Amino acid sequence: MSQFVFDPTKVMDIDFTQRTQYLEGLEAIKAAHKVLKEIAFTPSLPDKGYTNRTLYVNVGTLEVKEKPVTQQMKDVFIGGRGFGLWHLWNAVKPTTRWNDPENEIIISPGPVAGITQYAGTGKSLVVSLSPQTDIPIDSNVGGYFGPLLKFSGFDALEIQGKSDRDLIVFIDGQKGIIRIEEAPEEPVDSHVLAEVLTHMYAENEADRVNISVVCTGAAAEHSLIGMLNFSWWDLRRGCIRLKQAGRGGIGTVFRNKRIRALVCRGPQVKGDLNHVADYETIAKTGVKYHKEIRENDPHQCMMRRNGTAHIVEIMDAYDLLPTHNFQYGSHPDTHKIDSQYWQSRCTQQTVDGCWYGCSMACAKGADGLEVKTGPYKGHTVTVDGPEYENAAGLGSNCGVFDPDYLLELNFYCDTYGICTITYGTLTAFVMECYQRGILNKERTGGLEMNWGNAEADLEMMHQMARGEGFGLIAGQGVKKMKEHFIKHGWGDPQLINDIGMENKGLEYSQYMSKESLAQQGGYALTNKGPQHDEAWLIFMDMVNKQIPTFEDKAEALYYFPLFRTWFGLNGFCKLPWNDVVPSDNAKQPEAHKIPEHVQNYVDIFSATTGIKIDKDELIVQSARVYNFQRIFNIRMGKGLRKDDHAPFRALGPVTTEEYLSRQERYDKQIADEMGLDPTAMSLEEKMAAHRKWRQGRYEQLTDAVYKRRGWTPNGVPTLERLKELGLDVFPEVVDVVKLHL
Amino acid sequence: MRQLRIDLSKCDAGRATCQHECESSCAEKVFKLNDPAMAALHIRELADGSGQAVLCDQCGDCVVVCPTEALSRNKLGVVVIDKKVCVGCYMCMGFCEKEIFERNPQWTEPYKCISCGICVKACPHAALEMVDVPQPPYRIL
Repeated sequence: MSQFVFDPTKVMDIDFTQRTQYLEGLEAIKAAHKVLKEIAFTPSLPDKGYTNRTLYVNVGTLEVKEKPVTQQMKDVFIGGRGFGLWHLWNAVKPTTRWNDPENEIIISPGPVAGITQYAGTGKSLVVSLSPQTDIPIDSNVGGYFGPLLKFSGFDALEIQGKSDRDLIVFIDGQKGIIRIEEAPEEPVDSHVLAEVLTHMYAENEADRVNISVVCTGAAAEHSLIGMLNFSWWDLRRGCIRLKQAGRGGIGTVFRNKRIRALVCRGPQVKGDLNHVADYETIAKTGVKYHKEIRENDPHQCMMRRNGTAHIVEIMDAYDLLPTHNFQYGSHPDTHKIDSQYWQSRCTQQTVDGCWYGCSMACAKGADGLEVKTGPYKGHTVTVDGPEYENAAGLGSNCGVFDPDYLLELNFYCDTYGICTITYGTLTAFVMECYQRGILNKERTGGLEMNWGNAEADLEMMHQMARGEGFGLIAGQGVKKMKEHFIKHGWGDPQLINDIGMENKGLEYSQYMSKESLAQQGGYALTNKGPQHDEAWLIFMDMVNKQIPTFEDKAEALYYFPLFRTWFGLNGFCKLPWNDVVPSDNAKQPEAHKIPEHVQNYVDIFSATTGIKIDKDELIVQSARVYNFQRIFNIRMGKGLRKDDHAPFRALGPVTTEEYLSRQERYDKQIADEMGLDPTAMSLEEKMAAHRKWRQGRYEQLTDAVYKRRGWTPNGVPTLERLKELGLDVFPEVVDVVKLHL
Repeated sequence: MRQLRIDLSKCDAGRATCQHECESSCAEKVFKLNDPAMAALHIRELADGSGQAVLCDQCGDCVVVCPTEALSRNKLGVVVIDKKVCVGCYMCMGFCEKEIFERNPQWTEPYKCISCGICVKACPHAALEMVDVPQPPYRIL
């Protein structure tokens, strides 16, 4: 298929500086604050990427203390997600659940985070015990909080305890003050709250860029799918923008602790606050990459024009765009929400990086949206994106092809503090249940959840935010909805389990994996649950046919989850790795790994920390954390083979309509792959043959992947693998493994 | 908008009759750097003996991509950097098609030609001139 060409004359004429303001009650809100605790600390800047301090805050006891970052922490866990998992491991017991006071939320940016010269280097990694999965969840989020936290003096923020009142934790890295304030009058939803708090804590207009707010919204309080918004001040637009730590319900944990917001005021950012070991290498690598974006992005992914939504039409063309709860992979109305539309709808004359120096600039914004429903009806708002996941999850997967409704769904997910991916997948499940009579108008309390009914969809979300009606049930997520529907005898349990797209309790993100065995593993053979950030192998597997054998797929499911884990240890974004590639990439050996970019990462890590690594050591760094996380899952009661099973919808056609819609393909597979004669088989026989074949090869893949990862057939890392990685120095870790060998 | 221009037919790119005083005066007088290679303009001799100039035409592409608004036009339309707000991201350097930005390893902020005219005065061949031209519209980059 040919790529759309950007036409600047088609960009809609929307004033990107105009939107509803929420500052009227600011003084009264501020006056109601009561300082519960204030302590002084000595702000410090990092040395070679590390400040060597963690800030611990207990919102229940109001204890605030500094903890040292040890050399062992840096050697084994690097930072970011690694630090988060290590702190969480030490904070919880195997019996701890998400809403216990000892559960923590850890935010850590990683050693590289905060450099300004390379794209995608401002990420924070958030780790907590998930309300949806009961195991650690990790989320990689943009916005300025992580870098500003580090430039205030902390490599990580560890939050524990539960408050009995709504709180704000304020970290002032300019003045060296940490303050816990009771915040009884704060607005609840993120687009209002982040704006109010940015203005409240900035000392003047120029100081707003130094403020970042972490907050959530009303729906996080009444559901298990809450997410966290991380803000930054958008200079051109003159407003706050939000990026999301979406998956797994960390926003729900946040509100359960009665935290209203975390606010960090960092020092003014300059070019080398990380005090890196080798600035020249970082500067040169950064300029080289910016040039690559300038030269190649306009004819590759056009991330600067479309953001990640550039793949909507590509997914549709390859029958991979989830449609009607992952039943189908394309839809005739996709053109209404494709990238050609979004590049005309998104503002184009602004700077859309979620951290300084991001020339990929995918954080597109759609300005001037007039909200049609809910508490902000009539308001003019700026909405992020939508990103691909939102266009697919809130859009095609639910049959919503009206772009304004799609933007409104995106807006409310963000401001209500719920994950767009999760909400998209669970709504698609609700709609299919409605289609098949598992749900009806009576069971949904009057919501007509037909495909494409955006008004009912929005009303379900408003119910979630109000904590009422069917929205409360939906907000428990697909896993608990399945249990609820089965318990009430509302449908065939096997059908409900087959079409409920979750694994480990987490909803699938928005790619069709039926025809990509590697992606089936990329989703379900994961640590946290089916999220494409571990392994997105669809194109490599299905389109480019680069990994044809079980061993090739197992190798990809060894390498890529580890390679991608590394971004989260350091505070990198994954997108600049492969959403633009060097002009000569295709000629390189192992082109699918983008070798020049891998070398960029090796160079930047070495130049930041002064620790020389190569591309193999990069993988070893990740393998330590990845295996540690697997063992953490086992410690919490999951993480074994039984937890890596996929719902059948992720593997193949569940229903006769699905089979018949792609009959030619499925019949051909019966003949070519299974060696049977489809013309001699009934539809039921053909579907049964597919189920057996597809489940069989998934099990075969699982065996191959576990073997390559150094795990037992039950998915447990072996003692040899632990020793190889140096994880055997932690007796508690070894003990967990020994119990399962 | 004040723009630096060159008449390459008058310029001695090969240094037979000058020492590229344009570059040395720029480096020394404007940026206090004792190295003509650090000037904000460059004259190069190509293999065929002809000259090539690397000059900022004040197009404003860098203003568009700067995330901190450190780059802006002054009253004369010349693009200048406010070092106080620059975060050293170098997007201006990467997105400049003429590659006119310079970076001194001692500073995190890049620098560029400010159409001051010192090079015009220094050129012994009167090859450089400062002209007033209409400001081009900003591009979407």
